Amino acid sequence: MSLLSVRDLTLKIGATEILHGVSLDVAAGEIVAVTGESGSGKSMTALATMGLLPAGARASGHIRLGGTDLLTLSERDLCQFRGQAMGMVFQEPMTALNPVQRIGDQVAETLRLRGTPRAEAEARSADTLARMGLHPERIPPSRYPHELSGGQRQRVGIAMALALRPRLLIADEPTTALDVTTQAKILDLLTRIVREDDLGLLLITHDLAVVHGRADRLAVMNKGRVVETGPTARVFAEMAHPYTRALFAASRHRATLGERRTYGPLLEVRGLRQDYPLPRPHPFAKARSQTALRGIDLDIRKGERVGLVGESGCGKSTLTRAILGLEAPAKGIVTLDGARVRADRRDPALRRKMQVVFQDPYASFNPRHPVARLVAEPLHLLGPVEDRAERVAEALTSVGLDPADAHKSIHAFSGGQRQRIAIARALVTRPELVIFDEAVSALDVRVRAGILDLIAGLSRSAGLAYLFISHDLSVVRGICDRIVVMQEGEIVEDRPAEDLFAAPEHPHTRALLEAAPVLPDSAGRAKEETTCD
Amino acid sequence: MIRRLVPGAVLSALFVLAALVSYVWTPGDVTGVDIASKLQPPSPEHWLGTDHLGRDLLAMLMVGARTSIAVALVAVGIGMAAGVPLGLAAAAMRGTLLDEVIMRGNDLVFAFPSLVIAILITAIAGPGAVNAIVAIGIFNIPVFARLTRGAALALWERDFIMAARVAGKGAPRISAEHILPNVTNLLIVQGTIQFSLGILAEAALSYVGLGAQPPVPSWGRMLAEAQTLTAIAPHVALMPGLAIVLMVLGLNLLGDGLRDVLDPRLRDLRT
Repeated sequence: MSLLSVRDLTLKIGATEILHGVSLDVAAGEIVAVTGESGSGKSMTALATMGLLPAGARASGHIRLGGTDLLTLSERDLCQFRGQAMGMVFQEPMTALNPVQRIGDQVAETLRLRGTPRAEAEARSADTLARMGLHPERIPPSRYPHELSGGQRQRVGIAMALALRPRLLIADEPTTALDVTTQAKILDLLTRIVREDDLGLLLITHDLAVVHGRADRLAVMNKGRVVETGPTARVFAEMAHPYTRALFAASRHRATLGERRTYGPLLEVRGLRQDYPLPRPHPFAKARSQTALRGIDLDIRKGERVGLVGESGCGKSTLTRAILGLEAPAKGIVTLDGARVRADRRDPALRRKMQVVFQDPYASFNPRHPVARLVAEPLHLLGPVEDRAERVAEALTSVGLDPADAHKSIHAFSGGQRQRIAIARALVTRPELVIFDEAVSALDVRVRAGILDLIAGLSRSAGLAYLFISHDLSVVRGICDRIVVMQEGEIVEDRPAEDLFAAPEHPHTRALLEAAPVLPDSAGRAKEETTCD
Repeated sequence: MIRRLVPGAVLSALFVLAALVSYVWTPGDVTGVDIASKLQPPSPEHWLGTDHLGRDLLAMLMVGARTSIAVALVAVGIGMAAGVPLGLAAAAMRGTLLDEVIMRGNDLVFAFPSLVIAILITAIAGPGAVNAIVAIGIFNIPVFARLTRGAALALWERDFIMAARVAGKGAPRISAEHILPNVTNLLIVQGTIQFSLGILAEAALSYVGLGAQPPVPSWGRMLAEAQTLTAIAPHVALMPGLAIVLMVLGLNLLGDGLRDVLDPRLRDLRT
C-alpha cells in the first residue's frame, strides 16, 4: 500500500482546468519524480497535495495520505497534516527563509507550533540541522540566513520540512537555484534521508538529468496530464510517449556548430581586476574590499565561439560588465577590434560591434514599448538610419519571427519568443561579438534546444563571434569551440571544447563535470525527434 | 480596488466641479456684506447657512475650493517639476558626489518642520496665495526626489536598462525613455497624496492668516473666523471643516485606488 495516492486529481482555477485527472503514487522509502516543462502542472500537483492552492482554485478527485483523503479535510485539519505528516522544500532557499530569524529558531518554530517545550524544540532543531550537514561547531543554529550559502540555506529549508518527522516530503525544484556541485550534494542528502527514514519523496523537477539515477519512479507531465509513468529505468528505456521522447531529445540536444573559422583578433582582455568595497563595520574601520576578478586575460578571435563556465560568485557577471564597458575595472584593459573599451566614454562605433543577450526574457524589455521599438533601440548607434523598419524586419526574420509582429506588445510573446526578440535586438546593429549571459538558463528544454540551434545557425551563416556564459557545462558543450572555466575571479582552464571534455585538467573543471547530472547515452537515441519551440 | 477608487474619484471630482462652477455661478455673493441675514442656519435660501457677515457659506466654500485646489495643485507641480529630475539625476549618478549633494540637500529640507518654514517664508515675503504656493511647493520637492530616486535605483539594475546601456544610450536618454515612464504610476499616486497634504497645508496657512488674503475666501480663514462663534453658530465652523475633511479623504481614497489600479504587482496579486 502506498503512502501517498493521488487519484483523478482535477484542478480548476476559475473556469480553466489546470489538471486533468492526475494520478500518481508514492510509497514509503521511494523517490518519485514528476517532470515536465513550465505550465505542465507539476508544481500545481505538489501544491494541491500540500493543500496550498492559490485562491480561487478548486480541486476534485482524491489525495490520500496514509488512508486520509486530504481533499475532504478542513483548512484547520490540513494544518495538522502539514508539517506533521508531510513537509515541503521550496525552490528558492533565500525567500523560503525568514531573513530576520536565526536558522535554529526557524526550525524550532515548526516544533513549537505543535506544543513542543522550548528547550526540547531547540535541542531537536539543533539535531535536525546537524543531520542536514550543518554541524553546530561550523554553522551554529544562531546564524542568520544571509550568513549562509545557497546550499546551506537549502539544508535549513530541508531541516524545517523534516523537523516534525513527516512521512512524506515534497520538494519543488529543490536544486534549480543552486550550482551543480551544490546540487549534487543536496540531492545526495535527500536520497540519504529518504533511505534512512523510510520517507516518501515527491521530487518536482524540470531537469531529466536530475531524475536519472535518483528517482525510483518517474511521472512525465504535459499540459496538466501525466503522459507516462513507471520505474525510471523503464521509462528511459521505453519512452513510450512522444512527449517523453521530445523532452529527452531536447535535454541532450546538441546544436550543429559547423567548422571553426576564425580570422584575426577581436576581443582582448588584459590583466582585468575588479574590487568591490565592503561595508565597514564602524565608521573608523579600515576600508575593506572584495576582489571579484583577479587579473583576467582572455582573447576572442573574429568568428570564434567561446564558452565561459563557472559557479555563482565566480566573477562571470563582473567580467561581462567590464567587457561591455558598463563598469570601469579597477585595473586592466579591454580592447575590441583594436579600440579600447571604456566605461566613462561613449563610442558609438565601438558599441555597435558588441551586443548582449540576458538571462531573463521577462526582465530584458521595457514593458511599455512595442517590439519594433525594442528591437530598434541599438540602431541609434549607427546615426540616422533610413531603413529602420527594414533593419528591424531583417533582424526579426533572422531569429525566426514574423516581421509583421513588430507592432505587437512584448506581453504577447512567450519566454522563448522573447529570447528570440532579445537576440534580434542584439543583431540589429550587425555586431561582431555577442555576449550570451546565461541566455538559455531560464528556458524550458525544448525552447532551449531551439534557441541553441538558432545561435549555432547565426554563427554558421553570419560568422558571428560570441561569448556564451553559463553555469552549466552541458549547455556550452556543442555550442562552443573553446571553453573557459572560471573560479573565484580567475580563469583556471582555457582550452578547446573537445579537449576539455575529454580530459579536464584543473580539479575545479573535473568537479564541475563530475557533479553535473547526466542523461543515459543509449536510451531513446534511436527515436530522437526534431525539436522546436 | 473599485471600493476606494470610485468614492475617491467622485468626492474629488465634486470639489473640482464646485470650484469650476463658482466661476460662472455662486448661490450668493462672497464679497457683499449683509449683516441683516448673519449667522443663519441652513435654509432653502442659504443651503449651508450664512457667516457672521451674512455671506452665503456654500458660495464661500465653492470659491474657497478654487484657492485650495489652485494652491495645492501648483505646489504639487513645483514639487514634481523640481523633484523628479533631481531624483532621476541622483539615481543615474548613484554613488557619486552629485547623488550625495542632491540627497543630503533633500534631507536638509526634510529636516525642517515644513509649516514653520512656510510661516517663515510668508513672514519674509509677506502673506498671500503665491507665497503659500512657493512655501508648500518647496517641501514637495524632496518627497518626489526621494520617491523617484528609490524607484529609479531599482530600475537601473534591471536587464532592460542594461540592454539600453549596451545599446549605447546615455544616462539622460535612458532616464527619459525608460526610467521615467516606469515610475509615472508611482508619481501619480504620490501626487494625489501630496495634493491632499497641500490642501491641508493651505488651510493651515490661511488659518494663521498667511495664506490667501481677504476678501478672497479660503477654507482655512473661514475656520479661523468661525472659531469664536462655535457656541452660537456651530455650522459656520462645521461647514469649512467638513469641506477640508471630505476633500482630503476623497484625494486619499483616490490615491489608494489609483495605486491599486496602476501598480502591476498588486494587479497580479488579485488575478
